[in-house]
Amino acid sequence: MSSLSELYQNVILEHNRSPRNYRAMEDADHQAEGHNPLCGDQVTVWVRMDGDLIGDVSFRGAGCAISKASASLMTGAVKGKSRAEAEAMFERFHRLVTGTLRPEEAETLGKLAVFSGVSEFPVRVKCASLSWHTLRAALDGSQAAASH
Amino acid sequence: MTAAAAPALDVERVRKDFPILSRRVNGKPLVYLDNAATSQKPRPVIEAVSRFYSAENANIHRGIHHLSERATAAYDAVRARVARFVNAAAPEEIVFTRGTTESINLVAGSWGRSALAAGDEILITGMEHHSNIVPWQLLAAATGATIRAVPLTDSGELDLDAFDRLLSDRTRLLAVVHLSNALGTINPVRDLVARARGRGVVTLVDGAQSAPHLPVDVQALGCDFFAFSGHKVFGPTGVGVLYGRAELLGRMPPWQGGGDMIETVTLERSTWAPPPARFEAGTPMIAEVMGLGAALEYVESIGRPAIGAWEEELLAYATERVRELDGFRIIGTAPAKASVLSFVVDGVHPHDVGAVLDDDGIAIRAGHHCAQPVMQRFGVPATARASFAFYNTREEIDALVRSLRRVRGLFA
Repeated sequence: MSSLSELYQNVILEHNRSPRNYRAMEDADHQAEGHNPLCGDQVTVWVRMDGDLIGDVSFRGAGCAISKASASLMTGAVKGKSRAEAEAMFERFHRLVTGTLRPEEAETLGKLAVFSGVSEFPVRVKCASLSWHTLRAALDGSQAAASH
Repeated sequence: MTAAAAPALDVERVRKDFPILSRRVNGKPLVYLDNAATSQKPRPVIEAVSRFYSAENANIHRGIHHLSERATAAYDAVRARVARFVNAAAPEEIVFTRGTTESINLVAGSWGRSALAAGDEILITGMEHHSNIVPWQLLAAATGATIRAVPLTDSGELDLDAFDRLLSDRTRLLAVVHLSNALGTINPVRDLVARARGRGVVTLVDGAQSAPHLPVDVQALGCDFFAFSGHKVFGPTGVGVLYGRAELLGRMPPWQGGGDMIETVTLERSTWAPPPARFEAGTPMIAEVMGLGAALEYVESIGRPAIGAWEEELLAYATERVRELDGFRIIGTAPAKASVLSFVVDGVHPHDVGAVLDDDGIAIRAGHHCAQPVMQRFGVPATARASFAFYNTREEIDALVRSLRRVRGLFA
């Protein structure tokens, strides 16, 4: 029971029930779609840049509680950040969910630290990181390039 | 199907034959309900593989020494056993492959490449496993043939009116699953094959799920090809079967070249061995074939009527219990079903269902079951699937239902 409750922490269950920034964005300047072919999970991420900073970010999709809550918490975490800051956050987040992040580094992740339990479930790493990969794809390409 | 006449199955005694069923997972007794993915192995199968390597190992069809002769005889004896298991007319109609997927690819690569041309049609159905879709797509791309698919009704049955419309003068092949791995539907294969053969269409039946759960009689079905996997019928991984009607196999060109499949070889050209050797290039999976032989012997010792009757009871009981739960929807409600119970839960993704069940020691599959068109047809990204075998019990279904209630409590 302990590892399952570590995985499904209350914050995750709550974000799964009521995901934040769960909407399409009309005036987005970046967009990408992500798939996990193994489980059929699908997510679309929209971004509107405000100068060098991420002005707004939103998502929609179908996926498990881990992938939905991860996308929801990601949108909150990267809003107002620069691309480089978001990239650095993803790098630390990825080490968190694969169990290679030092505890003192985990503190710098704020709310995202609730995903530490994922490291006990290797098959769920992809669920937790799908929205982050998709955000990266959105920021790397223009809307037109990413929607092919 | 044969419930009334079947002798009773002593499930507690049968379970003792499967060493893995006594282990624990996450501190709970293992409840193994992922039999459609792969089945567990009884002791005679494990011992047959082990005995081959400990005492009998040699290559076949080669040496004149004692062990090689023994191995060759044993390998060919399993071929004869498989022929009896599916009621083939002769052992030469049984080709050993790595599994259902390879069996279907063999037909696509050998028969398909030589028989199909642009404008021809391949008829499949909307409930095929990817292994009975993708080889035909590759074949279509190589030959210019076109694929048509029979649509499904809301209960997960084939639309038979559409089947009749789609079966045309251009149809060269019907490839259809016997028992759907995603829905549990038993298709009226005998009838479909008869309609197709009436028009001169070659027929292939994917028996990956039916071989472990239903009686199989390829002559009664009337099909030209029948494919199944050893590991789903309580045998080892890495071995499977392609049944092919002798007349067709005899006309088919080789698929892979190498040792054992030739008659004579010069540096310029070679002549082919007759079937089945023509389709078994290289050293085959000999130990796995021994295991498959032990598996089929084991299944026959329990008796397929007894297995069918018990599994029917388990599926009916599980269906009834899951129907009682709020917020659960069963995907696949055909009147004729076997082994498979696929379902979705309101507001809960199947992966989360699977994770909670796993915590309770219960193994199910969550995902698209390599049948993405079925998921698209029913408008779901994935389902949770419990699939039963004859060693499962009513108490295990009770444990499943308890865990499903926990799922609702956690995510609702």
